[in-house]
Amino acid sequence: MLEIKDLHASVDGKIILKGINLTINPGEVHAIMGPNGAGKSTLSAVLAGNDGYEVTQGSITFEGKDLLEMEVEERARAGLLMGFQYPVEIPGVKNVYLLKAALNAQREARGEEEIPAPEFMKLIREKLAYMKMDNSFLQRAVNEGFSGGEKKRNEILQMLVLQPRLALLDEIDSGLDVDAMKVVAEGVNSLRGADRGILMVTHYQRLLDHIVPDVVHVLVDGRVVKSGDKSLALDVEERGYDWLTEGSVA
Amino acid sequence: MSQVQGFLDQLGARQPLDAEPSWIAARRQAGAARFEAVGFPGRKDEEWKYTDVSAIARQSFTLADSNELSAEQCDAFSIGIDAYRLVFVDGIFNSSLSDVDALGSDVTVEPLSRALADNHEAVGGQLGRLNNVDFSPFSALNTAFMGEGAVIRIGRRVVLDKPVYLLFVSRHHETPVMSHPRILIDAASQSQVTVIEHYTGDSEAANLTNVVSEVFTGKGAQVVHYRLQEAATSEFHISSLHIEQTRDSHFRSFNLNLGAAIARNDIVAELNDENAVCDYYGLFFGRGRQHMDNHTKVHHNAPRTFSNENYKGILDDRARGVFNGLVHIKRDAQQVRGYQSNANLLLSDRAEIDTKPELLIYADDVQCSHGTTTGQLDEKAIFALRARGIDEAMARGLLTLAFAGEVMESVTLPSIATRIERAVAGKLPDRFNLQDLVEAADA
Ligand SMILES: Nc1ncnc2c1ncn2[C@@H]1O[C@H](COP(=O)(O)OP(=O)(O)OP(=O)(O)O)[C@@H](O)[C@H]1O
Ligand SMILES: [Mg+2]
Repeated sequence: MLEIKDLHASVDGKIILKGINLTINPGEVHAIMGPNGAGKSTLSAVLAGNDGYEVTQGSITFEGKDLLEMEVEERARAGLLMGFQYPVEIPGVKNVYLLKAALNAQREARGEEEIPAPEFMKLIREKLAYMKMDNSFLQRAVNEGFSGGEKKRNEILQMLVLQPRLALLDEIDSGLDVDAMKVVAEGVNSLRGADRGILMVTHYQRLLDHIVPDVVHVLVDGRVVKSGDKSLALDVEERGYDWLTEGSVA
Repeated sequence: MSQVQGFLDQLGARQPLDAEPSWIAARRQAGAARFEAVGFPGRKDEEWKYTDVSAIARQSFTLADSNELSAEQCDAFSIGIDAYRLVFVDGIFNSSLSDVDALGSDVTVEPLSRALADNHEAVGGQLGRLNNVDFSPFSALNTAFMGEGAVIRIGRRVVLDKPVYLLFVSRHHETPVMSHPRILIDAASQSQVTVIEHYTGDSEAANLTNVVSEVFTGKGAQVVHYRLQEAATSEFHISSLHIEQTRDSHFRSFNLNLGAAIARNDIVAELNDENAVCDYYGLFFGRGRQHMDNHTKVHHNAPRTFSNENYKGILDDRARGVFNGLVHIKRDAQQVRGYQSNANLLLSDRAEIDTKPELLIYADDVQCSHGTTTGQLDEKAIFALRARGIDEAMARGLLTLAFAGEVMESVTLPSIATRIERAVAGKLPDRFNLQDLVEAADA
């Protein structure tokens, strides 16, 4: 469903991604690990369509379409949704309003009617309960004054409501306590499905205990230096990254 | 001076009222004399420093001679609210489009012309008491043409069941017209009323509306005043609103400006007795080359009087905004609280705002604050909304509405709130931050 070929990208003239190749098939969960500054968030940002990043070479195909030709909102409506490493606070826009506007935008793109209010409420209550969030979060402005962990839960709540085809999760585990980690992981696991994909960035095996990946990639200095099964994450946990880059010129 | 004379020449074209009391002629003359003496305000005039009215002065406006408007047209212009309604077309009262039949005997909602004919003495004492001809050249001009408008009187303890809706429709003419409505609101003690002044009209209209409103609040009266200014962007809108408050009265102004090429609104409240409370909410949204100027004044003339002001300016393209807010606390007016805030959002590099808060405090035991801010939309927030599938125009609209937040939340009439949301953000799937949506979620 996602095919990244020889992707090069730069920000403010600095080359960050230096030839990424990565393919995600329907039903698969992929994890990306790698040292700080390797380019993991840059890759997510390019996928989400952040125009601060310039793609200088390569291609990305999402469900047969040229992703790089699509606007940010088109990508989201097509089912590629990003869970941010640092969710933005949006003062004055209520969480419930964002959820409804986003869901309706998606439905409109599919040629469907706006969701009727009772149906929407039922859906929202169910998903809130799943994320162990109380109703007061709906009335609050998006992420405003939320704790770090609450912001992450809120990202997953949005995913649960919008049901992405491909979820991009950038360090969804950072800043979560043990219980929140379980809730978030359960939320993410509920997004798994035969025709869906997940790409998650993480530094820790801990998350991968809960959300077991099919493929693990290690990204160093803008390149995928190794891919493997879930055992690769255990190797990284034990040995760090140096052994993967030995012999390569930094 | 010839420009001034051109305006005054139109006095000859004025339709005289059926039975004109002698005092009104004298007042008109005083207005004309004053206007002739001072002329249009210029840039040297401190009160008009940022607002150039030469485009008005240059124009030769006539007086309309027709109040024709079909019921369908009227419905299309009106905000669709269940209200006691008076309709004016280019300043001329239209009785067939008006509807005040269901009013009780202790309430009056009628055109000024009728009030003058029926009982001119009742009007004479109040008309012009708060708005002297030297308040501004436009007040003088208004006074020179005084004769039509609205008189609203609410009897003691009456809580009016529906708002009073004054609809001013401006039509397109080959030669633009001017109107000088005069509005009197007299709310007796313990009464409650909401009055909406709504200005709208044909999209090519290029007329001048120059209105003066005076509000008298009795003890404990509660008056809510809306100015919904949606004039076409080639129109000129000049208004001044004056309020006199007695003990325990509460006045609340919503000054909502979306239209006009040049809009200038003055609001002046006199808080004359203890526990008078005055709230000013303002929103101005300018695009293209619109110019919107709001001058507000609150005079705390008595101890323990309270005011609270919140103005939001949103300016796009090359629009220009002016906010000038004065909080004046008289000597010995102790234990007064006066708060003022003005926040502005510039949606384009070429939009401009001039904001000037003024505090004049002559008492020592008071709590006052004022603050102004000017900023842009948060691009990160726009991206976050788009990344959830919301298109860019709507994302910008939502954030713009969010900026207008506290003012919009205070607008309790849904039909007005929806119009503003639409003007600012385009068509939205629901009313923005709709309360029902949240309440349903709580259930
Ligand atoms: N605007 C910018 N100008 C210059 N360099 C930038 C800019 N934005 C990001 N970078 C650099 O790009 C590199 C990759 O950053 P990125 O955020 O993708 O790393 P990451 O792999 O997500 O790291 P972490 O694990 O710390 O989240 C970093 O060296 C960063 O400093
Ligand atoms: Mg990162």
